[in-house]
Amino acid sequence: MKPITAINDFVVKFANVNGSGSASANGLFAKVILRMGVAVGARNIFPSNIQGLPTWYEVRISEAGWLGRRGGVDLMVAMNPQTWEADVKSIETGGYLLYDSSKPLPASKFRDDITIIGAPLTELIAAEFADPRQRQLFKNICYVGVLAYLLGLESETVKQLLTEEFKGKDKLIAPNFKAFEIGRKFAEEHLAPIGLTVTRADKVGDRIFVEGNEAAALGAVFGGATFCAWYPITPSTSLAEGFEKHCSKLRVDPDGKKRYAIVQAEDEIASIGMVMGAGWAGSRAFTCTSGPGISLMNEFVGFSYYAEIPAVIFDVQRGGPSTGMPTRTQQSDLLLAAYASHGDTKHPMLFPANPTECFEFAAQAFDLADFFQTTIFVMLDLDIGMQEWLTEPFKWDATRKLNRGKVLTYQHLEQGVPFGRYRDVDGDAVPYRTYPGTHPTKGAYFTRGSSHDKDARYSERGEDYTEGMQRLLRKWETMKKYMPAPIIRKAPRRTPDGILYIGSTGPAMKEAHHALEEMGVHLDSMRIRGFPFQDEVFDFIRDHEQVFVVEQNRDGQLKSLLVNEGGVHPARLVSILHYDGTPITARFIVKAIADKMKAVPDAALRENVQ
Amino acid sequence: MTYIAKPKLHHPSLEKNAHGYTRRDYEGRISTLCAGCGHDSISASIIQACFEIDLEPHRLAKFSGIGCSSKTPDYFVSPAHGFNAVHGRMPSVLTGANIAAKDLIYLGVSGDGDTASIGLGQFAHAVRRGVNMTYIVENNGVYGLTKGQFSATSDKGSKAKKGAENKDSAIDLVMLALQLGATYVGRSFSGDKHQLVPLIKGALSHKGTAILDVISPCVAFNNHVGSTKSFDYVREHNEAVNRMDVITPRAPITAEYAPGELKEVRQHDGSILRLRKLEDDYDSTDRYAALSYLAHKSAQGEIVTGLLFVEPDASDLHDSLNTVDCALNKLEDAELVPPPSALAKINDGFR
Repeated sequence: MKPITAINDFVVKFANVNGSGSASANGLFAKVILRMGVAVGARNIFPSNIQGLPTWYEVRISEAGWLGRRGGVDLMVAMNPQTWEADVKSIETGGYLLYDSSKPLPASKFRDDITIIGAPLTELIAAEFADPRQRQLFKNICYVGVLAYLLGLESETVKQLLTEEFKGKDKLIAPNFKAFEIGRKFAEEHLAPIGLTVTRADKVGDRIFVEGNEAAALGAVFGGATFCAWYPITPSTSLAEGFEKHCSKLRVDPDGKKRYAIVQAEDEIASIGMVMGAGWAGSRAFTCTSGPGISLMNEFVGFSYYAEIPAVIFDVQRGGPSTGMPTRTQQSDLLLAAYASHGDTKHPMLFPANPTECFEFAAQAFDLADFFQTTIFVMLDLDIGMQEWLTEPFKWDATRKLNRGKVLTYQHLEQGVPFGRYRDVDGDAVPYRTYPGTHPTKGAYFTRGSSHDKDARYSERGEDYTEGMQRLLRKWETMKKYMPAPIIRKAPRRTPDGILYIGSTGPAMKEAHHALEEMGVHLDSMRIRGFPFQDEVFDFIRDHEQVFVVEQNRDGQLKSLLVNEGGVHPARLVSILHYDGTPITARFIVKAIADKMKAVPDAALRENVQ
Repeated sequence: MTYIAKPKLHHPSLEKNAHGYTRRDYEGRISTLCAGCGHDSISASIIQACFEIDLEPHRLAKFSGIGCSSKTPDYFVSPAHGFNAVHGRMPSVLTGANIAAKDLIYLGVSGDGDTASIGLGQFAHAVRRGVNMTYIVENNGVYGLTKGQFSATSDKGSKAKKGAENKDSAIDLVMLALQLGATYVGRSFSGDKHQLVPLIKGALSHKGTAILDVISPCVAFNNHVGSTKSFDYVREHNEAVNRMDVITPRAPITAEYAPGELKEVRQHDGSILRLRKLEDDYDSTDRYAALSYLAHKSAQGEIVTGLLFVEPDASDLHDSLNTVDCALNKLEDAELVPPPSALAKINDGFR
């Protein structure tokens, strides 16, 4: 057995028990490596549980900058007896196992093709700390100490991070240092460095490490949202919490009064109802939820479409259907969101691929909602939303103005500007509106979900109804040029093959491209960022003989949307689907494409792929 | 549906209120409800109340759900914005609008199906939060638009038009509102304008959640012998605990009453609720006594009406949320968008 050797390019996985306080130690481990200038892709893999069930934290260290999941484990830190067997089994041949050796384990519990590293963490910590909770927590910091020695992490950087972390709770700094040193010193005295090493590099730059939900929440603050109505649901909860956190720092007057409001509603229906009311009255409002919440919100989303009320919904997608897999990731709400509610409806969606785009699209969603007076879905997923990502820092143009859309004010009405709520005045099918209370005698109207004429009067006349429905279709056309444009990556040489994908598939796709090109497989790719799809999307399909559509659901929902909206022949689109709840990997994409390309009658290419 | 435009011409001798509006300025479109419907009498009472408290019509925001009652906001105060929401979800929409624009007066109109069946949850939670609003339930105990099914406020033993007997217990929205913390609770009858108009005036002037359960017989489906929501039944069993006058902050106080006969309650906006007791032992400021009194009377088949409870200095949802005085929908970019320097600092926190 030859031990794996790698510098700045390997995967460490921590197997822990939920609720044991491992999250902060594991996060510390990832941040130390980032501070050493090496890129990290980190993921919590956690159960729908508060305490007791298994949880994992996987850190991919990649100087090359690959942030998607790689697959496989080079070093397992096995702290959970419940999952021991599977954890040990998952280590790559030649890999390493670090475990708590306080209690002896029979040889049958181990493998002979990996390096076994025992450290008596429980004993070491029990000798120095008396309090049971402290013993529990510091055992985690202790293994960070062991790893620091084994992998060559900088102790000073660890201590710097601990000092920053406990700023304001300074009396916790010394015991954390102590626990860290206990582990590091034990390793120094009893263990040898291993084949996996982290060395200082300069590959992080000014990037930040942040989860998508918090980024989206911050985007809502900068986008001028004043109201969040929400109902707790995994994996979206931290978005509402992020809004509260940042508003409490950025939107409070000196007298303590708030320039924002947050209501935890009684359910998702009330959440979206409140958003409707606030949007109608001229405040930027949003809710954040996941698939089950969207199912419940359907009726109001249809109302928003037909009565033309601005709203923003962040859908942090999880595994469906039904309760599904609440703590696993999928892109399986695309059709649900696109056509939510009864009758003929369509709703715009934005597809951020990283926290930076979560921030930008969140802010943009409020401009779009106000301008187009409809519900805008921002489609995150658990992988972007709840995982911390290394991503470009947030930027905001100081001269940017919030676009409130077509709103007639008191002055307009006073000057005699005519008002008809659903009239297409400018030829773009986007009507004008007024906020309640604007003018004593002009500009009032009655908002309703029942059929209405262009002056918002109740009408069951077929002509009035179809005129309104057709204007909504024209409005849909207008939206296309306001959606974020797709991002095209051209292969270094001409190719008849293309790939379409969205959102959190991005990091894995970037790496897959690289791997495929090394194998001589060239594909153009397009990352779609908005729905309705722009013409460029269909041009891309037309310009390629075969287009792979890579997405994280069972039924090829993105493909269905493309076929339905663009009249694309389904045979032109080849689905690559990943839907087991784990984030898609570059390995998966490469293998799937290689398999499908076997059908291509090109012997040379076939050889390359195999 | 047909529309008959009302003539806009007002007679010059029409009485004007403090803002120079006549009663006609508070009217709406022609009602499309059945002739004799109790709901139209309630709309007329709303118009009268808004006129009398000198409310500028455009400062009212009207909300409703789905059903006969929920059509009515189109039939009063046309200069006000209105919102006809989805079935049973009006409370959430009103709550959101209220959070966005705290500078308006909020009126929700709903029915017994919209409130007590599909909308019971939202009704309860809006009351719990203390949303500053007047919520009128036009209660007829029956589904009219779908032709006569029992609703959840229909009394046990009440008979449908075709003779079927309701076997389910009734939801008493007044008791529920009291239990959930509503700070102004009244019950009235669409046929008693003298009682209803002051109740609406007091509710619109009240800061906090005001709930009015107004029994409003359905002439088409629930006005027969055997129904407990018919005009005759309600008239026979109506037991008013008090009579109220509302004195707006600007109005001079002229009438004189013998001491002991009257109780005056001053509300947050300066309006005075002047209550003349009809029941000697009824105290409209004691929530728990009100609950007990109502429970006993209900068991005897009596319909207790009047101002049943008021907490004149109540707080509301905006107090709980501690929002700024300026309505959130009037905040400018500079008050909403943090400076780039704040973002730089936030970025540093993620490194």
